[in-house]
Amino acid sequence: MELRQGILKKNDLLAADLRARFGAAGLLAVNLVSSPGAGKTALLERTLRELRLTGQRVAALVGDLETDNDARRLAMSGAPVRQIQTHGCCHLEADMIGRHLEGWDLGQLDYLFIENVGNLVCPAGYDLGEALRVAIVSVTEGEDKPLKYPAMFHSADVVAISKIDLAAACEFDRDAALRNIREIRPGVEILETSSKSGAGFAEWFELLARRREAADEAEA
Amino acid sequence: MHELSIAYSVVSSATEALAGRKVAKVDSVLLRVGALSGIMEDPLQFCWGLATEGTLLAGSGLVIERVPVTIRCRPCGQDVALDGVQSFRCPRCGTPGLEVLKGRELEIVSLEIEEDGDDAHSGVATGDSEKERPAGG
Ligand SMILES: Nc1nc2c(ncn2[C@@H]2O[C@H](COP(=O)(O)OP(=O)(O)OP(=O)(O)O)[C@@H](O)[C@H]2O)c(=O)[nH]1
Ligand SMILES: [Mg+2]
Ligand SMILES: [Zn+2]
Repeated sequence: MELRQGILKKNDLLAADLRARFGAAGLLAVNLVSSPGAGKTALLERTLRELRLTGQRVAALVGDLETDNDARRLAMSGAPVRQIQTHGCCHLEADMIGRHLEGWDLGQLDYLFIENVGNLVCPAGYDLGEALRVAIVSVTEGEDKPLKYPAMFHSADVVAISKIDLAAACEFDRDAALRNIREIRPGVEILETSSKSGAGFAEWFELLARRREAADEAEA
Repeated sequence: MHELSIAYSVVSSATEALAGRKVAKVDSVLLRVGALSGIMEDPLQFCWGLATEGTLLAGSGLVIERVPVTIRCRPCGQDVALDGVQSFRCPRCGTPGLEVLKGRELEIVSLEIEEDGDDAHSGVATGDSEKERPAGG
């Protein structure tokens, strides 16, 4: 018997609902993915803090297997932050996002950041309704990460090369990294950031503002 | 790795689809898995027995049809299947492939089942055409 059914159909439908809600609320949802420790939380700490200083309304959801350490770090920014404990599940799914948004007035937000579980394999296939998927790869991980995890890097709208302050110490081969990223995801926007020094954050904020404007125009 | 949870969702979708039918046995399940789906065949096969244990699908086989990435190359005016996922350039002209047409699939195509009360196989996956009854017949 013929079935023709997407295995992740339930997630895809929920994600489509979320995307419509985000669009209607005029907020830009950003899904951050990386291997464990590449610097998602550090990037978000600085992002939340600095966006708030410029009057932007931001919130974050943080996926973590067991702890709420990252949520506590992010909450120091003063932004609303919620932890999503996945209890062993290696990625976030759309229904977890939906459940953790309860009680938040999305119309009062400009940006919603979602820190996915540190994992470059499993989150790739799970749409969270985000407008922007940012894959982070740190200079300490080796330039061939995109080649090793092509499904994830191919699904990214933006790739951020993080911990750029450590590039020299790691003998980071920038050209090789850029080449590998573009080989897997031609045309992707690439940032080079340091959450320690703030390098690359002006470009990051410019990109966010530009994408948010584009999303707003598409909605109007 | 979440092949086990993928296997469980295949089982639950298939079980839902079989509800109301008199199924004696499910012989096999055909999946279509794109090279960009992030799902690997071996671990999925490895999980299958465990995921189907105690369900209607117990003892069934898992048949996986792999779908390579296909890009549309404007300069060549053609859709081109790629050898792998280590480069998204057109293998003919070297232009980066910005439009991906295929390769993200992760779907259940069909189930090969034996219905209760008759021995006829019902399915479209094997091309077992002599056993397929004409529509409405
Ligand atoms: N030098 C330097 N260290 C960084 C930078 N960003 C993060 N780190 C350090 O890298 C480690 C991991 O950073 P996190 O931000 O916790 O990484 P993560 O991706 O959120 O980690 P998980 O949530 O566990 O997957 C911490 O010790 C950070 O201080 C950076 O830009 N430069
Ligand atoms: Mg973190
Ligand atoms: Zn070509």
